[in-house]
Amino acid sequence: MPASLVDTESILSVDVGTVATRAILFDVVDGRYRFLASGQAPSTAVAPFKNIGEGVQRAIEQLQMVTGRVLVDEQQRVIIPARDGAGVDAFAVTMSAGPAIKTVVVGLLNDVSLESAQRLARSTYSRVVEVIGLNDRRKAEEQIDGILRHQPDLIVIAGGTDDGASRSVQRITELTGLACYLLPNEKRPAVLYAGNQKIAKMVKDKLGPWTSTLSVSPNIRPSLEVEDLQAAQFTLTQLYAHLRRNRIGGVEDMINLAGGNFLPTCYAYSRMIRFLSEIYDSKKGILGVDLGASAATVAAGFGGLLTLGVHTHLGMGEGLSNLLRYTNLDAIMRWLSLDIPADVIRDYIYNKSIYPASLPASAESLAIEQALARQNLYMAMAATSRDFPASARRPSPDRMPYFEPILASGGALATAPTLGQSLMMLLDGIQPSGVTTFILDQNNLLPALGAAASHNTYLPIQVLESGAFMGLATVVSPLVDARPGVPILRLRLVTKSGGENRLEVKQGALEILPLPSGQSGRLYLQPLHHADVGFGPGRGGEFPVSGTALGVVVDARGRPLQLPVDHIRRRELLKKWSWTLGS
Amino acid sequence: MLAPIIHILPLTTIHRERILPMIGHVVARLDQKVTPSDVVAEASLGREHALIDVARVLGVSPEEADKLIKCKVGERLQAGYVVAQRAGLVPVVARVPKDGRVVAVGGGQILMETSGGTYELRAGIPGTVLQLIPDHGAEIVVHGSLIQGVWGNGRVDQGVMLPVLESPGDCLVASQVDVSLRGSILVSGTCEDPKVLQTAGELPLRGLILGSMSSALVPLAMQMRYPILVIDGFGNSPMNSAAFKLLTSSAKREVTVNAEPYDRYTGSHPEVIIPLPISQEPTVAKEVDVFSVGQQVRIYRAPHVGVLGTITNILPGLTILPSGLRAQAAEVRTEEDEKIVIPLTNLEVLG
Repeated sequence: MPASLVDTESILSVDVGTVATRAILFDVVDGRYRFLASGQAPSTAVAPFKNIGEGVQRAIEQLQMVTGRVLVDEQQRVIIPARDGAGVDAFAVTMSAGPAIKTVVVGLLNDVSLESAQRLARSTYSRVVEVIGLNDRRKAEEQIDGILRHQPDLIVIAGGTDDGASRSVQRITELTGLACYLLPNEKRPAVLYAGNQKIAKMVKDKLGPWTSTLSVSPNIRPSLEVEDLQAAQFTLTQLYAHLRRNRIGGVEDMINLAGGNFLPTCYAYSRMIRFLSEIYDSKKGILGVDLGASAATVAAGFGGLLTLGVHTHLGMGEGLSNLLRYTNLDAIMRWLSLDIPADVIRDYIYNKSIYPASLPASAESLAIEQALARQNLYMAMAATSRDFPASARRPSPDRMPYFEPILASGGALATAPTLGQSLMMLLDGIQPSGVTTFILDQNNLLPALGAAASHNTYLPIQVLESGAFMGLATVVSPLVDARPGVPILRLRLVTKSGGENRLEVKQGALEILPLPSGQSGRLYLQPLHHADVGFGPGRGGEFPVSGTALGVVVDARGRPLQLPVDHIRRRELLKKWSWTLGS
Repeated sequence: MLAPIIHILPLTTIHRERILPMIGHVVARLDQKVTPSDVVAEASLGREHALIDVARVLGVSPEEADKLIKCKVGERLQAGYVVAQRAGLVPVVARVPKDGRVVAVGGGQILMETSGGTYELRAGIPGTVLQLIPDHGAEIVVHGSLIQGVWGNGRVDQGVMLPVLESPGDCLVASQVDVSLRGSILVSGTCEDPKVLQTAGELPLRGLILGSMSSALVPLAMQMRYPILVIDGFGNSPMNSAAFKLLTSSAKREVTVNAEPYDRYTGSHPEVIIPLPISQEPTVAKEVDVFSVGQQVRIYRAPHVGVLGTITNILPGLTILPSGLRAQAAEVRTEEDEKIVIPLTNLEVLG
């Protein structure tokens, strides 16, 4: 019987990524949960292994070497529960490895159920290949052929408010059923029905036999005005496990070993962001960005309300070969401080998609990698921000909401050669407003904590408070309509030890006031020319500030960030900003 | 650390499974000699359908329509055939819009497959059918040289191989692709001119093997009907020396270019196979290894793409790379006797 995570002490969490598999150990030290150590190995979902087990085993072996603690028995099985100092009390698995799930979205109205269903599909590692709705002008048989052509892994059906339209939903369900019926047995997709609950049983009876599995979740549009994805997102995690179990070796074993505590990494990650947004007493949102090889994940929590965007085409791995369908080389090259020809950038993108685990060894390739990271993050933020709630506090309706804090993870961001480079990528990609703290999750702990959060609420809080995350910088981003060079903000930083540092910031500048980790102080802001630092136009304020690796950074470059058109001047400016942040 | 392996082998035993993407019918026989273009299995593929809404056409309920429908699943019908009729002063009929086969009947509707096809799974390599995989495909075995690449345009063909390069870095230009090369498989170092691909298609060539290729040519290469295979990567790096030696020393031999796309999950690589007679069974190449001193490796990332060398030392802990990143790394002695430090993640073992 697998151990529950309730009332447990030690927890081993494994995250199977596209490139790396990480084993992370949490345990109680001096009465509080701590992140103890992690082990890492190359993921083995791909050939020649085609089984995630080898990578998991090697990651755990490395963790055993680091900690000196025995975690597996002679048969290489995790010892659960812990006994005689060996093993762990609970085991959880998160996974992002595997090709994007080919998904067909079926619904009624474009801006109602279809929009919600697509948003639901975007909350996991999917790629929407076909959208079918009432406004689709194709004939029914063409829609069927569309489904057959793509041979989807998953079909998401939504439509009809509860007690609302049922005939139209019935019709699209029948159409979907016909397509599923025509697919060979072994190619039949999993189906998630999240529409009008009144006909859910009929849908299950009619469609069920022609699918690999069919799940019904509560309606994602119970009424025209209300969208509720939460329950359907959880159901989607079960379908994700079903699909991965059928396609990738070793997943079944991991699900059994973890007692069903197997989640898509993005779901566990977003659950943690939602959880933090509930417990943080903040009027701002909480933002998490994870730039991994499989996807760029953006999760934003606003008082318990979650917005999640998982963009598989914006990952830093094999999906890169499709990147130029969504952006162009000029957009990527604008972030380069080196003069690198467009052909070299394109070649880099293709080569990286073939070898997603490879590392940029030269300064030039690192510059390209970081330019791609900026652009992917920028696009992921732009795509997800459309789904942020209108009620989120923001400087103006067309601006990004205020966030505090912003958590960042993923190879390119968390393991950059310098912390200044990490912050530059984050500032350029996210372009926050007001005052925010950037936190780096260098050990990729958030998904592991998210996997445990619903069962053990102490663990994530205590681990977060334990200093397992790195405070990167407190960033002040004033917004003002002023010419470059015009003073827009005066700052005064008074440290607890009595030191004082003053700074006048001009529009267009990027400035830094050191306040090392372990120190604290009070920051006084006096905006000029009606600059808005988050308190309203022209309003100043003061607040306590904790030390971080880079201290207080003022990003007065404007929003949206406008880079000079002249290449030479742009590259000089990018170099100057990098130099300011110590890159 | 686990080491990926890329095969560039003068003589080996090559086993390849050819599997249908869906259940079908295996047409190959055990021990059958096959060429790359031979079909080993096939499956029916319904590509286009027509939905006849009989209930709506006849103006009756779906239940009534079901009673009036005269055709059954599996029947082949011609355009104009009356599938249902409602009696009356003026009879109303539902007709078949196109020739096709009935695939589903129910709910007052008929679904017909109007343009079907057969999916043909080709052998992809020359060899002997070693094993049949019921309903799915076959395993084929062949002995010979094997050169794996990293990118292919999805085509397969065979022909006489003609290297048109003197050094691994030679760039193929359109003027080199003349009519005397028609029907052959060309080998060159790199290519960056779209005219080369177009001219090769007009001749036509039977295949093009390149050390590297400009990624700007990918969309055009995908349209070409002959196989294009890239061995080392995108850009203009020279072909790795092992592949260069093997390919140039096999000039005028009959080779197969299977330019199937590289798939990390299935392990399929685009590959060149040069069938060779054997006196004794050569070994099957290893598929997995662990990095160790003495291994011959290929570097696949800039600034040393395609460079071969030998691991002389695996460095302990993490090494700071010229980019500033920290990674597990190895010292590699290149064929030019240069000692360089490369992250393990940028190496493949040659085997």
